[in-house]
Amino acid sequence: MELAVVIGMLFFMAAIALAIIWVRNLFAVTMLMGIYSLTAAALYVALDAVDVAFTEAAVGAGISTVLMLATLSLTKAEEKPFRSIQHPVSLAVVLVTGGVLIYGTLDMPAYGDPDAPIHQHVAPRYVQDSGQEVGPPNIVTSILASYRGYDTMGEVTVIFTAAAGVLMLIGRGRSGPGRRRKTWDYEDLEGDER
Amino acid sequence: MTLAGHFPYWIVVVLMMVGFYVVISHGNLVKKIIGLNVFQVSVFVFYIAMGKVEGGTAPILTGQPETFSNPVPHVLILTAIVVGVATTALGLALVVRIRAAYGTIEEDEIEDQETEG
Repeated sequence: MELAVVIGMLFFMAAIALAIIWVRNLFAVTMLMGIYSLTAAALYVALDAVDVAFTEAAVGAGISTVLMLATLSLTKAEEKPFRSIQHPVSLAVVLVTGGVLIYGTLDMPAYGDPDAPIHQHVAPRYVQDSGQEVGPPNIVTSILASYRGYDTMGEVTVIFTAAAGVLMLIGRGRSGPGRRRKTWDYEDLEGDER
Repeated sequence: MTLAGHFPYWIVVVLMMVGFYVVISHGNLVKKIIGLNVFQVSVFVFYIAMGKVEGGTAPILTGQPETFSNPVPHVLILTAIVVGVATTALGLALVVRIRAAYGTIEEDEIEDQETEG
């Protein structure tokens, strides 16, 4: 029964993903992306990952969608019909890659198998001892904040770098063309157009 | 047994390939980033699905002996979601900048401008 719910939701996600390929209005595609993320969040609840579910719902479905809408307001909302020559090549590449990946899954332990190697090492110790060693009843919190605290610190570094990059790219009124003429690309473009 | 046991993974592979296809076949830069996001979410689903234990519950201690799903992939993916949004933001900022410089976000039009100049 639980497996049926999971598979049903995965099919739903597949339908949304296929719609993303066909739809050319980028506002509609952005909304579909939000629905895709939200469906994934619901799927995480079915897969027992409640912390991941609310992060995905807030950050993946929320902030990403807002960022994309902001980008669309600064650019164009309609995609050009793409060249049809590229289709067979990319389709072949995708089919081969997908085939290889599916071949790779055949060696994996079955879905939900409690004897899979992933469940034998490290994780049982966290489950048994984190209550005494760290304290919070939520094991994910214990690992995130304590056992794997370095990961979280590295994550903060990544966010800082990304924020600095975004500010350097579009910060301080640079986004309007012609407002600042010192940067090389605007000068090049204007020379070409004359 | 193996057929039923791997079926969820196969659908996830299909989801990944749809995202991959959008990235390599579409020329619109915003659509490419959306394809990248589809791929990314599919990888997250793959990890979380590997952590699932049959009959398990969410890894929160309640005092009773219970079977828990594996919490380690959950932690990895929590980090990955936030990093994914950071990279998406950077990519979208690049798109805005490219639009400011070239007046278009279609790959082939940018290429035409480059060869003309």
